[in-house]
Amino acid sequence: MTENTALPTALAEIVDDFTAVPDPEKLELLLEFSDELPELPARYDGHEEEMEQVVECQSPLFLAVEIEGEPAGGQSVMRLFITAPPEAPTTRGFASVLSQGLDGLTAAEILGVPDDIPNRLGLAQALTPLRLRGMSAMLGRIKRNVRDLTAEG
Amino acid sequence: MAETSTEFAEYAHPEKLVSTAWVAEHIGDEDVVVLESNEDTLLYSTGHIPGAVKIDWHTELNDPVTRDFVGPEAFAELLGSKGIGPDTTVVFYGDKSNWWAAYALWVFTLYGHRDTRLMNGGRDKWIAEGRETTREVPSVTPVDYPVTDRDDTTDRAAREDVLAALGSTPLIDVRSPKEYTGETTHMDGYPQEGTLRGGHIPTAASVPWAKAANEDGTFKSRAELEAIYRDEAGLGETDKVIAYCRIGERSSHTWFVLKHLLGYEDVRNYDGSWTEWGNAVRVPIVMGDEPGQAPQR
Repeated sequence: MTENTALPTALAEIVDDFTAVPDPEKLELLLEFSDELPELPARYDGHEEEMEQVVECQSPLFLAVEIEGEPAGGQSVMRLFITAPPEAPTTRGFASVLSQGLDGLTAAEILGVPDDIPNRLGLAQALTPLRLRGMSAMLGRIKRNVRDLTAEG
Repeated sequence: MAETSTEFAEYAHPEKLVSTAWVAEHIGDEDVVVLESNEDTLLYSTGHIPGAVKIDWHTELNDPVTRDFVGPEAFAELLGSKGIGPDTTVVFYGDKSNWWAAYALWVFTLYGHRDTRLMNGGRDKWIAEGRETTREVPSVTPVDYPVTDRDDTTDRAAREDVLAALGSTPLIDVRSPKEYTGETTHMDGYPQEGTLRGGHIPTAASVPWAKAANEDGTFKSRAELEAIYRDEAGLGETDKVIAYCRIGERSSHTWFVLKHLLGYEDVRNYDGSWTEWGNAVRVPIVMGDEPGQAPQR
């Protein structure tokens, strides 16, 4: 799909996976992502207060962004850590899509991801606008963290 | 009609509630269908009561174009596809102390489905009791459900009804205190939704929905509920009440309490709620803690 050519490879593949299946299966796919959300590393597990809460999501979601190695700049490799409770599978699913699609990319690649990713998954019929805005907010906060961590000076 | 639980005898209409134990015992009955209705519509797929069928308030009950519920034909087809006939006992349960379960039950009521019940405590209580869940989706044998008209006047209020009722019919605002005063337009922890004005409908008493629920999601006792609504909110012996919230889901929970647990005769849910009222042109709004006065006519 040409419209996804600008996306980082992993994220483009996820978007293709979603757009390739009919609506009811999109939710099944989101559930698979929800199930696959990686566990937090020990330094964050049980220490959500060390992370940032994304209050725009309808369920508790905590996020941490780290820079891998030095120096800080556009080519820095970024690591993402996200957690959401099992009772919130939709939020977990979104978190997992972003985690699998963006973890390990460079700062410049993450900042270049278009802000309408939630809409490109084709979930606008299956989920409420409020849900999709929650995912946009998640992406927005990831970008803001990346920007802050890699800012000059 | 399926038999009822006896433990809810204190309420005005005890037949509208069943316990988790009742569901465990009756879910296989031929005349019983158990429906799970959640805010997070993916939750059913992570595990549900064995034999329970999912209903999706967003894709199945809401009309995809008009801001309204699906029409009579679509509703009849939906129920038939879930194995529900006109005489089926339909038991609803869900997340968040049954908000969305109460909402689905209320929509079924508009369409005149007779035997609807809530499982007290909802999904959380079932899981807290260590009862079985499964990801297996039951196979449903579709049945015919007759096309019936929706009654939009007995249990449902429109904006015009609310305007006409100001000053004569008590209103209950079931949102959080900050939404009531106008400080915010959604609960804490939720994104602010695009409402242009904050505040409440003049004369409305503030009774956040959660006051009706215990820690475990079950309903409070009749005496506790009487103290909250009859006394504190000042409903007294009124025969008419209108409840509202943001989009009508939390107020479905309160509608259920007022109508079925306390037995108020004429209870309507204004489902346009704050997302309509707070965006409407030239309707009166009050900000702050006080209910405020009905406008002079």
